[in-house]
Amino acid sequence: MAGKTATGKLKTQDHQAGALDVAAVRRDFPVLGQTVNGKKLVYLDNGATSQKPQSVIDTLTRYYEEYNSNVHRGIHALSQEATERYEEARGKIASFIGAASEREIIFVKNSTEAINLVAYGWARKYLKPGDEVITTETEHHSNIVPWQLVAESTGARFRYLPVRDHSAPFDIDGLRSLITSRTRLVAVTHVSNVLGTVTPVADVAEMAHAAGAVLLVDGSQSAPHMPLDVVDLDVDFFAVTGHKMLGPTGIGFLYAREELLDRMDPFLSGGDMIATVTMQGATWNELPYKFEAGTPNIADSIGLGAAVDYLSTLGMDRIEAHERTISEYAIERLQEIDGLTLYGPTDASLKGAVFSFNVDGIHSHDVGQVLDSEGVAVRTGHHCAQPLMAALGIGSAARASAYFYNFEEEIDTLVDAIRKTQKFFS
Amino acid sequence: MLDDLYREIILDHYRSPMNRGRVEHPDIHAEGKNPLCGDELIITASLEDESILEIKFDGHGCSISQASASMLTEQVKGRRLTEAEDLVELIKSMFKGEVEIDPDELGDLEALQGIRRYPVRIKCATLAWNALQVGIDTHRSSLEDAEAAPELAVFTEHSI
Repeated sequence: MAGKTATGKLKTQDHQAGALDVAAVRRDFPVLGQTVNGKKLVYLDNGATSQKPQSVIDTLTRYYEEYNSNVHRGIHALSQEATERYEEARGKIASFIGAASEREIIFVKNSTEAINLVAYGWARKYLKPGDEVITTETEHHSNIVPWQLVAESTGARFRYLPVRDHSAPFDIDGLRSLITSRTRLVAVTHVSNVLGTVTPVADVAEMAHAAGAVLLVDGSQSAPHMPLDVVDLDVDFFAVTGHKMLGPTGIGFLYAREELLDRMDPFLSGGDMIATVTMQGATWNELPYKFEAGTPNIADSIGLGAAVDYLSTLGMDRIEAHERTISEYAIERLQEIDGLTLYGPTDASLKGAVFSFNVDGIHSHDVGQVLDSEGVAVRTGHHCAQPLMAALGIGSAARASAYFYNFEEEIDTLVDAIRKTQKFFS
Repeated sequence: MLDDLYREIILDHYRSPMNRGRVEHPDIHAEGKNPLCGDELIITASLEDESILEIKFDGHGCSISQASASMLTEQVKGRRLTEAEDLVELIKSMFKGEVEIDPDELGDLEALQGIRRYPVRIKCATLAWNALQVGIDTHRSSLEDAEAAPELAVFTEHSI
């Protein structure tokens, strides 16, 4: 059973009560205990991908060792077991994000595929010349490029909310003035992968719906870090990648309201997504299978289910609270460093635990290199957000991104390593 | 371990680069871009009888890309274009691990060998060399109209 190990492992955690016992939690993550370049690993690249708890690793192994089989087609015992586990994972995800039905969860490989599914299955079908798609300048490329292509192929207008002040809260008034009666889709990230800025999704949903538009939210950087309820938030599409939330790589999901999914065209076509096929044509399978062509990523879907179990057992409220503490501390410590520019809000209540920065006179790759020599893993470069980099007037930045298993002491190590970088290149 | 990558010679070139700036009335005008890290180098050179009379680099980037560009200008100044191209090839072969650089012959360039152990940084080091090569190629293909200002040659690195 996917959940058994997680539950067993977490006996030390007082379920849903009090603060996280970070030291205990860390013991569930085999990667975190190692040394890198002779130094204790300080893993602060969680915005790129999270580490995996033993329960997720064991779930994958158990699938391949005990019941590897194809789903939805076998009459034999192993196939039935695989199908049950696969669908059970879908159910766990549906409750994790508060979806009304499991039929609204489509397994995809990542957020990029989830967004493309909407771009091809919904936008290309319904957008007309003169209609508007609105996104923001802070988006990851995966929430920009699909809409540019949609605009090109449908004649719709691609519009975006510019970044005026990177440290300001989400510019809700700016977005309001951008939305018109021609707006059909608003596509925004929930938490910026560079600035950490949190989008007030419920407000954006209200605004979009009042204009008759649908709302797509990129939840890649929010689903791993905060409690979610897609019905309360009133989003129409919610795209999530699994590997940033303790799951394996190559698996993610799209949440979409059933009524929208019913009206959409299939994205990929072939096996499993059909009801009947003749040489004259085909009819589509029921939801969610209409959107899952071919043998799916069974093992990793079940693995993602185990990841959701792990997160639910810890409690998303406690995860969010711990990360808030880390954010407050990191913002304070990083601002102490002369010559460091921190991008994004400096009020921890406005942002996720993402800290992008540059150090005067030192390129982010050089910063990342010296940090690595101190065992500190951060991301450097453009973070798949070249328009945002251009708006900030920079070519690249270093980004430290925390998760619930990070200690405040690790922020100290980061700060010391940044100071060492400054000394090294002075 | 940092000392392997950031050899003292590299840090010297980074802190006090040679031939920084732009050559007036260049015969070669090349730009090297690496979108992954936002690095942009401009290489300008004037020629006499197909030899490099003067060469300078400008732009911004990490210590490795800046140091490598500085070394490049120092090494190819005064060389014939064909010799400069041979050197570009030699540097690229060195990064592929196919040849070793002789410090007696090529001095500071030997310091770049330490970067081989850091595959993600090799593109930083080769940016200036790739830009010079496209600059030479463009110069050759536009020789017919020797009076015209040189066409800007652009080399763009790819992320994979």
